[in-house]
Amino acid sequence: MPDILSQGFFAQDSAGGNWAEEFVRNVIIPRLPEEAAAHFPVEFGMVLVMLGCAGLFAAVVPLLPLVLVLAERKVAARFQNRTGPMRVGPWGLLQTLADGVKLLFKEDYIPPQGDKLLFLLAPYVIFACSFAVFAAIPFGQNILVSNFNIGIFYIMAISSVIVMGVIMAGWSSNSKWSLLGSLRSAAQIVSYEIPLGLSILTVVMLVESLSMEAIVANQSGGISDWLIFRTPFTFFAFFIFFISSIAEVNRTPFDLPEAESEIVAGFHTEYSGMRFALFFIAEYANMFAVSAIAVTLFLGGWEGILPELAVFGGGFDILGGLPGFVMKTMGLVFLMMWLRWTLPRLRVDQLMNLCWKYFIPIAFFNILGTGIWGLIFPEDTPLSTGISIAIISIGLVQAYVFVGRSLGQKSQAQPSSA
Amino acid sequence: MEFTLKTLIFYGFALLTVASGIVVVTVRNIVHAAFSLMVTLFGVAGLYVFLQADFLAATQVIVYVGGILVLILFGVMMTSGRLEMRIHIERGQLLLGAVVAIALLMLLLAVIANTPQWKNVADDGTQLQPTTESIGTLILNGQFLLPFEVVSVLLLVALIGAALISRKEVRE
Repeated sequence: MPDILSQGFFAQDSAGGNWAEEFVRNVIIPRLPEEAAAHFPVEFGMVLVMLGCAGLFAAVVPLLPLVLVLAERKVAARFQNRTGPMRVGPWGLLQTLADGVKLLFKEDYIPPQGDKLLFLLAPYVIFACSFAVFAAIPFGQNILVSNFNIGIFYIMAISSVIVMGVIMAGWSSNSKWSLLGSLRSAAQIVSYEIPLGLSILTVVMLVESLSMEAIVANQSGGISDWLIFRTPFTFFAFFIFFISSIAEVNRTPFDLPEAESEIVAGFHTEYSGMRFALFFIAEYANMFAVSAIAVTLFLGGWEGILPELAVFGGGFDILGGLPGFVMKTMGLVFLMMWLRWTLPRLRVDQLMNLCWKYFIPIAFFNILGTGIWGLIFPEDTPLSTGISIAIISIGLVQAYVFVGRSLGQKSQAQPSSA
Repeated sequence: MEFTLKTLIFYGFALLTVASGIVVVTVRNIVHAAFSLMVTLFGVAGLYVFLQADFLAATQVIVYVGGILVLILFGVMMTSGRLEMRIHIERGQLLLGAVVAIALLMLLLAVIANTPQWKNVADDGTQLQPTTESIGTLILNGQFLLPFEVVSVLLLVALIGAALISRKEVRE
């Protein structure tokens, strides 16, 4: 029987061994005195290295929401013609830090009528699942925790567990707002997981692998090789994926689980202090994670816009394309913020209609179309990409004309009705 | 058996599965039982990883935790608003449950005893292989095509049934 640990817990696509073992054997042992090196417990060292990396990761990733929360407040301020937080630090840069410290010192309130055990456990379930997702995201060349061969499937599985944490939080609070919020959230997440999964499937069909590394490697030829432009169907799949992910992370216009005007704050109404902060951090981490996944699947991951040129990615040997990846991801995060401060909240029935009557049929059509496309163009050639981009452009122009006309009719109809 | 880190993690998962399984059947609060079931299902997914069934492990989590368990909890919460949900077990049920459990154990033991060799679908004996591709090939290349299609028709029927039941008015 092959030793599982020497290859990581999941079978890997690339032939490389375990990075922790390599690190111990090549970096640590040569530096030890000879006697110690001979008896050095490699496996124990591997565990220490892995734990160290996990610790580093767990320390760095929460910094991300720190940046994102401030970014959101600044973006919101620009949209509403304000300046946003300006007092703490230069241009208010330390505002989130101050808020975090404040939350640390707040009272940790536990509802006496609720279920104490589950109430205490719920934030950790959500937090752990949100961060487990990051383990499979390739941030750059060789910058990923593990190259699972089932990468994207693992991400879907782990993020589907977040629902359990939400239900746990809502139920154990023993508050009607919490329960309503958690039921809404669960219904929404379970529904939108279907179009999400189906649009991921179109990508998997083209790449013929579930591994995130393989998906990025498949898009290495510059912008025309990105999966979003590869076929007209993946172009639609990207939008379905992105909109469904916004629903997955409960952001406006799909923030019914936290609708302030209806159910206070939804499933985390009863939480305070650091436990509330955990929900908050998890929410922003999720936002970054889904954007990163969208970039990996459709927008070339850490690969650059131009093939073989060191504009974004490619040439950055040290950073392995990390700057390009972060820029693309932040672009999508900004799009999410933009949508939040532009669109009003949907009603429950509209939300469900959008998912079940529009997204899921379109996603099925996309899968069928991708299959047919794969039969017509078994190899990805400049011709197929050209045809695809032509179809996408025609479709966009048609959509623009259609939307413009229907808006025009509406504005003409309005004076007579008023 | 050589005691390695792998063994330790394996027993960790086994302990997690069995302990939370015991909690599921002994605890009186039905919601606690459901959340404990989540841990059990996770543990089973971990054991699948040790059996080199990576695809199955993720499927286990996605289907059972993300789907079925959520439905169970929905059912519990929709039917009773009370925080204290107690399970009452009649003696007859206990007997019936014991009979079913023993029968299942016998069946499993029989299967284990009669399987000559446990093998990964894609195992070539030397190296760990990803299973996703071979599972897909086995399903769509004809060997398991019929069961696959039957299951898909079954799901379609269930979907139509659910849509029919949840309709507001049923035509005469």
